[in-house]
Amino acid sequence: MVDVKLDSKIPAGPLESKWDRHRREMKLVNPANKRKFKVLVVGTGLAGASAAATLSELGYEVDAFCFQDSPRRAHSIAAQGGINAAKNYPNDGDSVGRLFYDTIKGGDFRSREANVYRLAQVSNNIIDQCAAQGVPFAREYGGLLTNRSFGGAQVSRTFYARGQTGQQLLLGAYQALEKQVRRGAVRMHARHEMLDLVVKNGKAAGIVTRDLVSGKIERWAGHAVLLCTGGYGNVFFLSTNAMGCNVTAAWKAHKRGAAFANPCYTQIHPTCIPVSGDHQSKLTLMSESLRNDGRCWAPKKAGDKRPPSEIPDEERDYYLERKYPSFGNLAPRDIASRAAKEVCDEGRGVGPGGKGVYLDFSAAIQRLGADVIEQRYGNLFQMYEKITDENPYKVPMRIYPAVHYTMGGLWVDYNLMSTIPGLHVLGEANFSDHGANRLGASALMQGLADGYFVIPYTLGHYLATEKPELVSTDAPEFQAAEADVTGRIDKLFNVKGDRSAFAMHKELGKIVWEKCGMARDRAGLQQALQEIPALREEFWQSVRVPGSNAEFNQSLEYALRTADFLEFAELMCLDALHREESCGGHFRTEYQTDDGEAKRNDADFAYVAGWEYTGDFGKPKLHKEPLEFENVALATRSYK
Amino acid sequence: MELTLNVWRQKNASDKGQFVTYKATDVTPDMSFLEMLDVVNEDLIAKGEEPIAFDHDCREGICGMCSLVIDGVPHGPDRSTTTCQLHMRRFKNGETITIEPFRASAFPVVRDLVVDRSSFDRIIQAGGYVTVNTGGAPDANLIPVPKVEADQAFDAAACIGCGACVAACKNASASLFTSAKLAHMAHVPQGQAERKRRVTAMVEAMDAEGFGSCTNTYDCEAACPKDISVKYIAEMNRDYRVAVLSSE
Repeated sequence: MVDVKLDSKIPAGPLESKWDRHRREMKLVNPANKRKFKVLVVGTGLAGASAAATLSELGYEVDAFCFQDSPRRAHSIAAQGGINAAKNYPNDGDSVGRLFYDTIKGGDFRSREANVYRLAQVSNNIIDQCAAQGVPFAREYGGLLTNRSFGGAQVSRTFYARGQTGQQLLLGAYQALEKQVRRGAVRMHARHEMLDLVVKNGKAAGIVTRDLVSGKIERWAGHAVLLCTGGYGNVFFLSTNAMGCNVTAAWKAHKRGAAFANPCYTQIHPTCIPVSGDHQSKLTLMSESLRNDGRCWAPKKAGDKRPPSEIPDEERDYYLERKYPSFGNLAPRDIASRAAKEVCDEGRGVGPGGKGVYLDFSAAIQRLGADVIEQRYGNLFQMYEKITDENPYKVPMRIYPAVHYTMGGLWVDYNLMSTIPGLHVLGEANFSDHGANRLGASALMQGLADGYFVIPYTLGHYLATEKPELVSTDAPEFQAAEADVTGRIDKLFNVKGDRSAFAMHKELGKIVWEKCGMARDRAGLQQALQEIPALREEFWQSVRVPGSNAEFNQSLEYALRTADFLEFAELMCLDALHREESCGGHFRTEYQTDDGEAKRNDADFAYVAGWEYTGDFGKPKLHKEPLEFENVALATRSYK
Repeated sequence: MELTLNVWRQKNASDKGQFVTYKATDVTPDMSFLEMLDVVNEDLIAKGEEPIAFDHDCREGICGMCSLVIDGVPHGPDRSTTTCQLHMRRFKNGETITIEPFRASAFPVVRDLVVDRSSFDRIIQAGGYVTVNTGGAPDANLIPVPKVEADQAFDAAACIGCGACVAACKNASASLFTSAKLAHMAHVPQGQAERKRRVTAMVEAMDAEGFGSCTNTYDCEAACPKDISVKYIAEMNRDYRVAVLSSE
C-alpha cells in the first residue's frame, strides 16, 4: 500500500536560491554506480526523450517505451508557436523574475512558486542546449536568434522555428535519444504501451506493457519509473491532441497510489479550426502566434450573415481589443476562449452553426505585405486552406476554441516525484508548473526543463537516498499486475456487444465538453456525474472489440484507452464540482465578477487538490496542498 | 458521396495479403481521408468484421505517422499534403480508390496498411545528430548562424520521416530522407565537426537496411509532403565522396 501524503518538499531559503541550494544539498550517485540503476522511461515526447537521453549520458541504464512506431512521432511534435526563455536578447526588460511572475499570474495564482521560479531559471539553459544540438531556430540576418511575443506577456521572449517549433525541438531530443540507442545506453521499445504500474513495498518497481504488434504482455523491472505520457485532453474526444494521446499510464499509476492533482484544470485554446461535421475526429490548432498579427472580431449585430468583406469596420466588434485594451489580441488563452464563446452565445458567431469568430490578417497584410505574413505563418495558412478550402490571405480565418492542454496531472513534489516513491512524472503528465492556465510557449519549456535539467539531479537524489532494490519480475506484485492487465483485456473481448469504443468515446466527449468544458456549473456537473458512470456501465455491457489480443489490434488499443477515460472523466468532474471558484481554465458560472471575469476564492481554494483513489470512482479522498505565496501578492488578474 | 475502395488487407507480416473491395457511403467533402476510413471501419465493426488497420496519430500533417499509397501515389493526389490532410472534396462521387501500404523491403508490412519504418530510426542512430551531451552548452548567441544558412537548414529539417519518398521510388531508395537530415546538419556550424563521419555512417546505414540506390528520377520530391528538395541528394553525394576520398 502507498501512504498518500502531499509533502511538496520545497527547499528552504529565499526563492532565488532554492534550486541552487537544493542542487548543492542533494545526494549524488557515484559515476561508476550509475550503471547499476535501471530507469524505465514511459513516453518519448519532449520530456521523455530529453530525460532518457540525459540520464543515459550520465550512465544510468535506460529502457524507454512509446506507443507510436517511433519516438519521433510523440505529440510534442505538433507544438507550433515557440518556447519561452528569459534570455532578454531583445533588451526589452525581461528577466527570470519577470518570466516567473508572468507564469504565476497567467496560471491565476494556482501554481507553486518554487517550481515556477526554477522553470524560469533553467529556461535559458534549454535554449543553449537546443542551439548546440543544431535546432534551426529563427534568426536575424546577423545570425543571432530572434524572438516573438506571445499571449500573457508584454516582452518578446518566445524562440521559434517557423510554425514548427515543437517538431524541431522534439527532433533534437529524439536525435539525442537515438545517439544513446546506438551506443547501447538506451533500449528503445516502440509500439509498446504501458498498461500497469507495479508497486512493491510502497515503491514503484516496474511496469507491465503490451507489445502492440504481437500482443505480448511483458513485465519490466526498474529502480525508478518516469512517466512522461502527456495530458488527458482526449477525454473530450475532440481536442487538438493526437488520436493516440491518452490517460492510461497516468490513470493506472493513480489507481496504484499516485494522487491526481487538479484534473479540472483544462486548457481550451482560443484559435482552432471550427468543427465541420459529426465525422470530425480531431481539431486542428492554429498557433497562438497568429494573434501577433491577426485581429479577432465578430459582427456587432447578432445573426449577421453577410460575408466578412461586406461588413464595414464600424459594424465589426474587435472584442479582445475592446475588452482588454492593454493586451488586446494577446490576452491569455482562457480569457480569449471565453470571450469567443460569449460572442457566439450572443448569436454573433460566424460559419456553420454560428460556432466561430474571425481571425483577420488583412490589416497586417496591408501593413507588412503578404510575403512577410507568409514567412511568419506560411505553413499555418497552408494547413488552414487544406482543411477549410478557404484562402486566409483573402478571407479571414474562422476559429473557435478547442481543448488543447491539461494543466492538471499526477501530483509531484519539488523533485518531480509522485506520491509513490520512485515514480516520477514529467512534462504535461504532471500538474506542477502552470496552475490553472498555461501561457503559450510554456509547454515546450516545461517538458524540456523537466527532462534535461531537473530530473537528472532529482532522480539521483532518490536513488542515492532510498537505495531501491531491483525487484524480480517473478515477484507476486508483477504477477498480480499482469493478471489484472490480461483480465481486463479478456473482459473487453468477452462483452461481445454491438457498439464500437470509438462511438462511446465520442459520447463521453460530448458529456464532458458540454458540462465540464469552457464553462461549468453545479447542476451540469452533477448531471455529468450521473451520466458518466451510466455510460461506463453501458460500455462494459455493449462494447464490441473485434479480433484477438495476440495480434496487431487497434480496436483493442482504443477500447483499453476509452475504458480508462470513462473512469477518469468522473474524477475530473468531481474536482470541477468541488472547486467552488473560478480560476484560469476552470470557469464556474456561479463565480464570476460583474463584468464576467473569473472570480477566485483565495480564502478557501488556494490549494492543490490531490485526489487519492479509494477503490470507488465516485468517492476519491481529497488531500490538500496549501499554496503559499511569499514572493508575489495574490491579485485579481487583469489584462485590461 | 459514395465511393468504392480497393483496400490491401494483410493479417500480419507472414500473410500473403490481397485486395478487398468495400463501399464507402455517406462520405462528405469536408471529411479528411482518414475520417472517411474511420466511417468505413465503424461500418465494419458494426457488421462484425475486422476494421482496416492504418497508422495515424496527429492528423495535422506533422507527426509523419500516416502513410498509404492512394491510387498509386504516396499520400494521395494532392501535392505537399499528408494523407491525414487530404480531404474528400478532392474525389468525385462514384469514384473507385485503391489504397495500399507503403511498399519497400525495408518497410515490412505489420498489418493491412501499417508498415514497420524502424529502419529510418536506425539511419538516424548512425549519425543524424550533433554529439553534444546535456549541459555545458555555450550561450546560444555565441553560435551565430547566417539567416540564409539557417533557412536552408530548416527547409531540410522539415522532413517528417514518413517514408513517402521511399514508397514513391522505383528503387525504394531512402536518399531523400537521409540527405535531408545530412543537409540540416551540413548547413549549420554545429554540424561541421562530425560532417564527414556522419555522411559515411548514414549512407552505409541506409544501404545496410536494404534501401535501393538513387537513380535521379525525382519521384521522391514529387511525393514529399514537406517539399524536401532533391538538391540535398546531390549535396549528400558530394559530401560522401569528399568524406571517402579524404579519409585516412
